[in-house]
Amino acid sequence: MKETDMLTMRGIHKEFPGVKALSNVDFTLRKGEIHALMGENGAGKSTLIKVLTGVYPLDRGDIRVEGIEGAVINHSPEEAQKNGISTVYQEVNLCPNISVAENISLARQPLTKWGAVKWKKMNRTAEAALDAVGLKIDVTKTLGDYSVAIQQMVAIARAVDVQCKVLILDEPTSSLDDQEVKKLFEVMKSLKDQGVSIIFVTHFLEQVYEVCDAITVLRNGELVGRYDVAELPRVQLVAKMLGHEYDDLAQIRSQGGESLSGEIRETILDARDLSKAGSIKPFDLEIGKGEVIGLTGLLGSGRSELARLLFCADKPDRGELSFKGESVRAHNPIDSLKRGMAFLPEDRKEEGIIGDLSVRENLIIALQARTGMFKLLPLARQNELADKFIEILSIKTASAETPVSQLSGGNQQKVILGRWLITDPDFLILDEPTRGIDVGTKAEIQKLIVRLAREGMTIMFISSEIEEMLRTVDRLCVLCDRKKVGELKNENITQHNVMAAIAGGNQ
Amino acid sequence: MNLIEQAKRKVSGSNFLLVVTIVMFAIMYLAGILIYSRQGFGNMQTFMNMLIDNAGLIIVASGMTVVIITGGIDISVGSMIGLSCMMLAYMMEIKGMKASSAVAIVLVFGIIFGSVQGWLISYLKIQPFIVTLAGMFFARGLTAMISVDQIAILSNQNFLDMANKNIYLPFGAIVNKRGIKLFPFIHPSVVIALVTLAVIWYVLKYTKFGRSVFAIGGSEQSALLMGLNVRKVKMSAYVLNGFLSALGGFVFCLNTTSGFVEQARGFEMEAIASTVIGGTLLTGGVGTVVGSFFGVLIKAIIETYIRSNGTLSSWWNKIVLSLLLCFFIVLQSVFAAIRRRRG
Repeated sequence: MKETDMLTMRGIHKEFPGVKALSNVDFTLRKGEIHALMGENGAGKSTLIKVLTGVYPLDRGDIRVEGIEGAVINHSPEEAQKNGISTVYQEVNLCPNISVAENISLARQPLTKWGAVKWKKMNRTAEAALDAVGLKIDVTKTLGDYSVAIQQMVAIARAVDVQCKVLILDEPTSSLDDQEVKKLFEVMKSLKDQGVSIIFVTHFLEQVYEVCDAITVLRNGELVGRYDVAELPRVQLVAKMLGHEYDDLAQIRSQGGESLSGEIRETILDARDLSKAGSIKPFDLEIGKGEVIGLTGLLGSGRSELARLLFCADKPDRGELSFKGESVRAHNPIDSLKRGMAFLPEDRKEEGIIGDLSVRENLIIALQARTGMFKLLPLARQNELADKFIEILSIKTASAETPVSQLSGGNQQKVILGRWLITDPDFLILDEPTRGIDVGTKAEIQKLIVRLAREGMTIMFISSEIEEMLRTVDRLCVLCDRKKVGELKNENITQHNVMAAIAGGNQ
Repeated sequence: MNLIEQAKRKVSGSNFLLVVTIVMFAIMYLAGILIYSRQGFGNMQTFMNMLIDNAGLIIVASGMTVVIITGGIDISVGSMIGLSCMMLAYMMEIKGMKASSAVAIVLVFGIIFGSVQGWLISYLKIQPFIVTLAGMFFARGLTAMISVDQIAILSNQNFLDMANKNIYLPFGAIVNKRGIKLFPFIHPSVVIALVTLAVIWYVLKYTKFGRSVFAIGGSEQSALLMGLNVRKVKMSAYVLNGFLSALGGFVFCLNTTSGFVEQARGFEMEAIASTVIGGTLLTGGVGTVVGSFFGVLIKAIIETYIRSNGTLSSWWNKIVLSLLLCFFIVLQSVFAAIRRRRG
C-alpha cells in the first residue's frame, strides 16, 4: 500500500452458487479522490461494494484501509462503519417512521449516564449534520414526510456524520433532480477537500466527467482497468463498459433474409411526444409493420421504461399513442394484449416461469389468459400448439409434459418466448430476451426474430449487447439518460455510431 | 402563531391516531356521565373500577405494543395468563408455597417462555404468528396438565391480603346517604399496572432499545444496514413480552384468585384490539403505550355502559368493540393513504 492510497483491494474473488460474481478484481482508491466505479448490469459493481462493506462475505482477496494494520475484513455494515467505511445505497435505507434526527444518529444516539437518549442534543447534532450538506429542514419531523430526494440527502448526511474515511455512494443521484445533484456534487467536492475519499457508482456519464478524478471499469466480474478521467474520452469509456474496442469496427449487416431497408411502408405504432416524469423524457417514435426496431442504451437509460409506455404498462403524463391506426386511450396491459401486443419483460426470471407447471402449460398460459378463464382451450389444441412451438424454437425437453424447472436456463427462456409467440401478436416487445443464455441459443433466438419479422410480425428488440443488435435490427433507437438521443438506419448502424450516439447524448 | 403550528404538527404526525383515541374516550366518558348519572357513572370509584378490572390487560397490552411496533405479534399471551394463574394457584394451594416465591417462579417462567419464542422468531426467522400460535397451544395444554379442575386460592393469606387491599385515594370523595365521606380506592394490582405502563413508556421513548424497536418496525433491512443488531432487539422484545404476560397473569390472578383451564381465553385478542384502538399500526413502526392504555379504557367504558344499563346483553360489548376496531383500522389506512400521497 502506497502512502497516497486510502483503500486497496487486491485479487478479490466472490462466487455465488453457479456464478462467478468477481474474479481477481483489483481496486485502488487514493486519498481525497472521487472515484467512479462503472460497468453494465452484472459487471460486479454492487458485489464489490457489498464485499467491501461486509454485506457479503469475501471468498478470497486482500483489503487494506489506511491507518489500519493488516488486512481488513468486514463482517457486517456495522463493522465497516467502525473501520471508517460508510455507504449510501441507491434505495433510501433509512426508517421512514422515525424522525430525521433519529435516522441520522440511530445506533449511536447521545446518551446520559443513565442510558437515556438525549433528544435535544440529538436534534442539534442532526441539524449540524444536515447543515454540512446544505439542507435546512425540521429534524423532528418524521422522515417519511419528506420527498425521496430529501431522504436521500439525509442518508448522505448520516453517512458523512459517521466520520468516515471512505464514503461509498451507490447511485445516489437516481432520485435527485438537477438542482439537488448540483448540491450533492458541492458536498462531494467539499468532503474531498477535507480528505475523504469517495467511491461513486453511477450510470450517468455526464456526472462522472463533472466530479470524478478517476474511473475503474468492471465487466462481467472482471477488472477492465483504472483510468484517469482526463485521459479517457467518453466514447472510449462506453466501449470499455460494453466490451468492444472503439477501433474494432466489425461491420455486421442484417442477415437472414431481405432487409426492409429501414423505410416504413405501413405504420403500425405511432407515439407522439409521449413522456412520463421520472421515467422517460418526451419522445416520438413511428414503427412500421414487419420491422425489427432495436432499443439500445446503457442500463438506466430508459429502454424498458419506453417499452412499458408503449405496452401501456405505465400511464404516460402526456403525449399520444396510436396502434394500428387507432388512438390508444385506456392504459391497461390487458387491453394491449387484446389489441395484439405482447411484452416479454426484463425481470421474467422471477415472474415469467412457473417452474412446477409443464412445458405445455407454460406455453399455453398467455393464450389462455387472452381467450378468457372460462373458455378452456381443448387439450388436443393445446398439445398441437405445444408440439409445434417446441419444434419451431427447438426447445430441448423430454416431452411437453416435463416440468419447466427441469429445463436448462436457455430452454426456459425459449419457453417464455414461445408463450408470447403462441398468441401470434402483431407487435412483440422483447426486453433483453437473450440475457444469461449461451451463445448458440442466442444466435437461434436472433435468427428467429429476423424470420418472424419477415413473416410480418413487428418486433421491438431491447438489448445492451450492441453486437446482437447490429445483427438483427432494421432500425436502432439510441437512448441516453432517459432521453431518445438518436436513430440509426441501415448502413449507419455501426458500433462506432452507436457508441458515439450514447457518448454524445449529453453534449 | 408558532405555538399553533407546533400543535398542528404534533397532531398531524403519528400522534394523530393517539389524539383520536383520547378524544373518543373523553366523549364516551362524558356521554356516560350524562346518560347514567343515576347509576353513579360520574363517581370516581366507577373510573377506578375500570382500572381494577383491567389491570392485567393494561400490562399485557403494554407488552403487546412493544411487540407490534417491531412488526411482530404475540398471540400466546392469553394462554400465558391462564398458565400463570394456574401455576400460582397450584403452587400456593396444593404445594403450600409462599406467595413471593410462587410469583418469582411464574415471572422467571415468563422470561424463559418469551426467550424461546423470541429465539425462534429472531434467530431462526420463523413467522411470529406461527411461533406464538404454537406457544399459545403449549401454554394452554400445560395449564390442563397441572389441573383440569379449578383451583381457588383460599388459604394463602398473604396473597389474599394483597388481592383485596384497598388503597384509598385522597381525592374524589362522595358523601353517602348516612353522611359518611367515601374515598375512592384501588387495589395494588392497579399500582403494578400503572408503574409497568410508565416504565414501558420510558423504555420506548428514552432508551436505545426502545428507539431500535421503532426503527426495526419501520424497516428491518434499513435498520440492519444502519448497524443495528436487529436479531438481539427483536429477541429482547419477545423476552420482555413474555415477562409482561407472566406479570399480567399475576395481576389477573389477584383479581380472580383462582386458576382454571379456560381462564383468559381470547385475552390476547383483547390486548391486540386495545393496542390497535390506541393507534398502534399492525404493520409496525408506529405506536404508543399511552394509546394502548386508552384503548383498554375504551373497552372498559363499554363494559361499564352495559353494566350500568343492566338490561343489555353482555355480548353487546363484543359488537361495539368490533365496530370500534373496524373504525380505527379504516382510520389508520386512510391516514396511511394520505401520508403516501404526501410522500
